[in-house]
Amino acid sequence: MKTCLVVDDSGVIRKVARRILEQMSFDCSEAENGLIALDACKVSMPDAVLLDWNMPVMTGIDFLKSLRAMPGGDKPKVVLCTTNNDMKHIVEALGAGADEYIMKPFDHDIVQAKFAQIGLV
Amino acid sequence: MRPADFELLSTLLKLNSGLVLTPDKAYLLESRLMPVARKHQIATMEALADKVRSHPNDVLLRDITEAMTTNESSFFRDTKPFEQLKDVLLPRMLAARAARRQLRIWCAAASSGQEPYSISIILKEAAAQLAGWRIEIVGTDLSNPILERAKEGLYTQFEVQRGLPIQLLVKYFKQDGDKWRISDEIRRMVTYKRLNLLLPFSELGQFDIVFCRNVLIYFDQPTKAKVLEAIARQMPNDGVLLLGGAETVLGVTDRFRPIEGQRGLYELSTAPALQKAV
Repeated sequence: MKTCLVVDDSGVIRKVARRILEQMSFDCSEAENGLIALDACKVSMPDAVLLDWNMPVMTGIDFLKSLRAMPGGDKPKVVLCTTNNDMKHIVEALGAGADEYIMKPFDHDIVQAKFAQIGLV
Repeated sequence: MRPADFELLSTLLKLNSGLVLTPDKAYLLESRLMPVARKHQIATMEALADKVRSHPNDVLLRDITEAMTTNESSFFRDTKPFEQLKDVLLPRMLAARAARRQLRIWCAAASSGQEPYSISIILKEAAAQLAGWRIEIVGTDLSNPILERAKEGLYTQFEVQRGLPIQLLVKYFKQDGDKWRISDEIRRMVTYKRLNLLLPFSELGQFDIVFCRNVLIYFDQPTKAKVLEAIARQMPNDGVLLLGGAETVLGVTDRFRPIEGQRGLYELSTAPALQKAV
């Protein structure tokens, strides 16, 4: 079973995302900011990370940069999932090593399609 | 809905668009035709049916037909056909058309443009191999309003997130308010025309590749055969037809045969045997 780390400061979003990902047969864990997510990755690298951008303590983009610099941190597929719905942010995320980008609001079809595109399902 | 009204409207649709509506889809008539009725200042479905009976006019009949034809679409819908275009059909056509350097592709149900633009993007990505080639992509649809949308090339955030890889969004779209507009270089590759597949279309000319996906499912058996045979006449002997996942030529017409090992791809049954080895 593939693993996915859901990183978002909103408990509601984490719950919704988790339900969608579990339907797609992912084994999910959660983190409420980038720093907690980074600690989780040090313990065990997930196959995928669904990543919010704007979070307290450590943002998604800072997490992504730190992750990609870690040993083995190039492995997880990272999908941004954010209300930063403009070209400038998308380009910045891709530059920092994001594999895909979901603009909120999202639904099951979008998550499924984006994960399929990067070979996760 | 009165059974006689269902009978009338479904017959009208069958005649004008080939669309076959079974009684279990009567709810679709109600939900899609009420906006048409309102546009024509008609209060109820019954009154709409009466109007069609007593004083039909071309605008009303066209509006009814257009409202009933589904326009479900997304970029790179089903993924596989576009991989086949890139990995199977393009190499095949590059070899077969090396002398003429000309390629014509037809999208027979262009809808709001996602399919023809997906094809354009694939060809644009292969631009290095196609340098000096004359490429034509023709998108046709029964519905004028939907073709206007296609020509505009403006999509919601939801639409660009279904099937379109983010790198291609960055490369070929521009943000326009809260929507996304396809770039001119892609938009200009497609020519749109209104077309009813039930009427003669030989003036469109010959096409090397024909996308006719998720159209036949709405037709009855004789109409499917008629349309497929008309398409066959617009294809050179080595042309290729792509159908939707739930469609086939088998048991419908013997003008086409499946291409071995390539699901959804069909060639003319008169194609030379060599062409089978894709």
